[in-house]
Amino acid sequence: MRIAVLVKQVPETDSVRVEVETGTIIREGVPSILNPFCEYALDEALRLRGAMKEKVEIVAVSMGPPQARSALMRCLELGADRGFLLSDRGFAGSDCWATALALGTFIRKRLGGLDLILTGKQAIDGDTAQVPAEMAEILGIPQVTGGERVDVDGDHVMVTREIEEGVEMVRSPLPALISIGRGSNIRRFPSMKDLMDAREKSLRVITADDLELDTGDLGLMGSRTRVIRVFPPPAREGCRIEDGSDPEVAVDRILDFLEEKGIRTRGRERPC
Amino acid sequence: MLIVDEDECTGCRACERGCPFEAITIVDGIATINERCILCGICVNLCPVHAISIEREEVETDLSGWKGIMVWCELDADMEPREVVLELLGKARSLSHTTGDEVIVALPGPRGIERLGEGLIAQGADRVICLEHDLLKGYTTDAFANVLVAIIAEERPSVVLMGATINGRDLAPRLAARLGTGLTADCTDLTIDDEERLLQTRPAFGGNIMASIITPRTRPQMATVRPRVFRSPPPEESREGVVEKRGTTLRRSQVRTRVVDLIPDDQQEMRVEEARILVSVGRGVAKRDNLEIIKELAELLDATVSSSRSLVEMGWMPRSTQVGQSGKTVSPRIYIALGISGAVQHTVGMSSSDIILAINRDPEAPIFKVADLGIVGDVEEIVPALIRRLKMEGDQPPMTESSM
Repeated sequence: MRIAVLVKQVPETDSVRVEVETGTIIREGVPSILNPFCEYALDEALRLRGAMKEKVEIVAVSMGPPQARSALMRCLELGADRGFLLSDRGFAGSDCWATALALGTFIRKRLGGLDLILTGKQAIDGDTAQVPAEMAEILGIPQVTGGERVDVDGDHVMVTREIEEGVEMVRSPLPALISIGRGSNIRRFPSMKDLMDAREKSLRVITADDLELDTGDLGLMGSRTRVIRVFPPPAREGCRIEDGSDPEVAVDRILDFLEEKGIRTRGRERPC
Repeated sequence: MLIVDEDECTGCRACERGCPFEAITIVDGIATINERCILCGICVNLCPVHAISIEREEVETDLSGWKGIMVWCELDADMEPREVVLELLGKARSLSHTTGDEVIVALPGPRGIERLGEGLIAQGADRVICLEHDLLKGYTTDAFANVLVAIIAEERPSVVLMGATINGRDLAPRLAARLGTGLTADCTDLTIDDEERLLQTRPAFGGNIMASIITPRTRPQMATVRPRVFRSPPPEESREGVVEKRGTTLRRSQVRTRVVDLIPDDQQEMRVEEARILVSVGRGVAKRDNLEIIKELAELLDATVSSSRSLVEMGWMPRSTQVGQSGKTVSPRIYIALGISGAVQHTVGMSSSDIILAINRDPEAPIFKVADLGIVGDVEEIVPALIRRLKMEGDQPPMTESSM
């Protein structure tokens, strides 16, 4: 069985801040990490490999600038067998559609015979959750988005998925694309042996030429959406901080606040 | 390509400081772009002397045949429109005042769904297109994508709006890819610009920046919007419109996935993403027993209880109540955070609430950065006191002059 895990490198959004006066992004010291949802997808692939009798090959694929290589290295350290990085100036400016088209084209032309594609539900920098489903459509395969647990049953896959009303179980024929929405928060540390092994594994860079796509389908030109303005979010007025060491005083503050904001009208206190 | 006008560039470093990708350095007093550039355009906005531009080839395409604003009417388990559909209809109505577009509702569902037509017209639709088929009773990507692509191809709407619900986020990108058009997720604002294009505004980088996006060359212009971002207007019973029934060629063999089981979440009466008032609990509630007190408070305030990830992982709260990155995105009228520290993974899910009230023992808790009122104190002491006061006031209806 062959599983492709699609991953993205993202800035740790915890650390991204906007300078209020100028509206600029403060990027100093912002570390890049493997998108947590992508790591959940890799975890699920590794779990499947552990659970299945047949041999399971895990191929990690990413698209991004050259430094995204480190996200793929982490996948190799955690147990993926091979890595591919789609990296080329020609991919710059890709929106969801152009990203899905490049990744989908790579998978179709260069990674034949896949049984399963796992991705994160969304990347924490853009939060769109659009690339997985767009790629499934480009590849013409079924999708289950926001999956949690994936189990292979012959030529089908069974996925649990949280919906508004509860949790549903979805059965899909293979090959299929499943995006993973939940996983363990505990980040694993690869052993020294894992680190050494990863350095021996193949990590290839794929350029736009390798995909043989028209330049009109790539990057900025191939994108269907265009960002025309970025700006800082409207600032909140700022927090009024009150001391709550006396609970009764705190309750007064809360009730005043709720009344001031029109949430509830306060019953008049009994005159003493 | 990113172009730097070397005559204009003053080497002020505004672009270098602002680039989130470390793609710009100042070399010999001139901004120089390296291979990390993803053409996000942030520097174009930042440059005080307009020395940076993005070069693109403009392709002329004829978009004139695409008219109307279409809203997908997603149904809940009781076969009623989800609240977000009504919110989108209100927004579609106000956009149509600018463009003169017809507001069309695409209503796929099981037989008998026609009954919803009049109600949707009262909410702002000019035309409701019913697509009835037994395969459209529960959601599957294939069935809904097939019928909606067909109706979009027939109607050629200029704009398609969908709720960013769990299935809306599954379906919208599938449709956009099949139609080869642009899609913007989780818009917080939609307006029409001077060229009658849909201007789609959304947060990025965990809500740290906002981006305005257009779909310049393809139609329809597709966008999803989270529940409760827009407000649904009251129904106008006198509104007139047309309810149409349309056939579909959907066949069972076209639907590849199957929902084999659904474990309903009975614990939750009101979905957190639709609640008007949320009382949200985190680790600071300290004891599991305290949840009963929190529930009592919620009842007194007519609120729904939501939670942080940690309480879900401890098994104290059902997962359907989890707010944040790997849970739900909510925007209630008021969000009351009790003992929630407010890591960014949590605040991305609730920072668009109208009003935020936070109680936390730690004065440095990041939740206070997004709150309007912050009380530094102990939830275990303040909540019981608040309940006592609310009950006291509830027992005594507000006195009037005559009763005194």
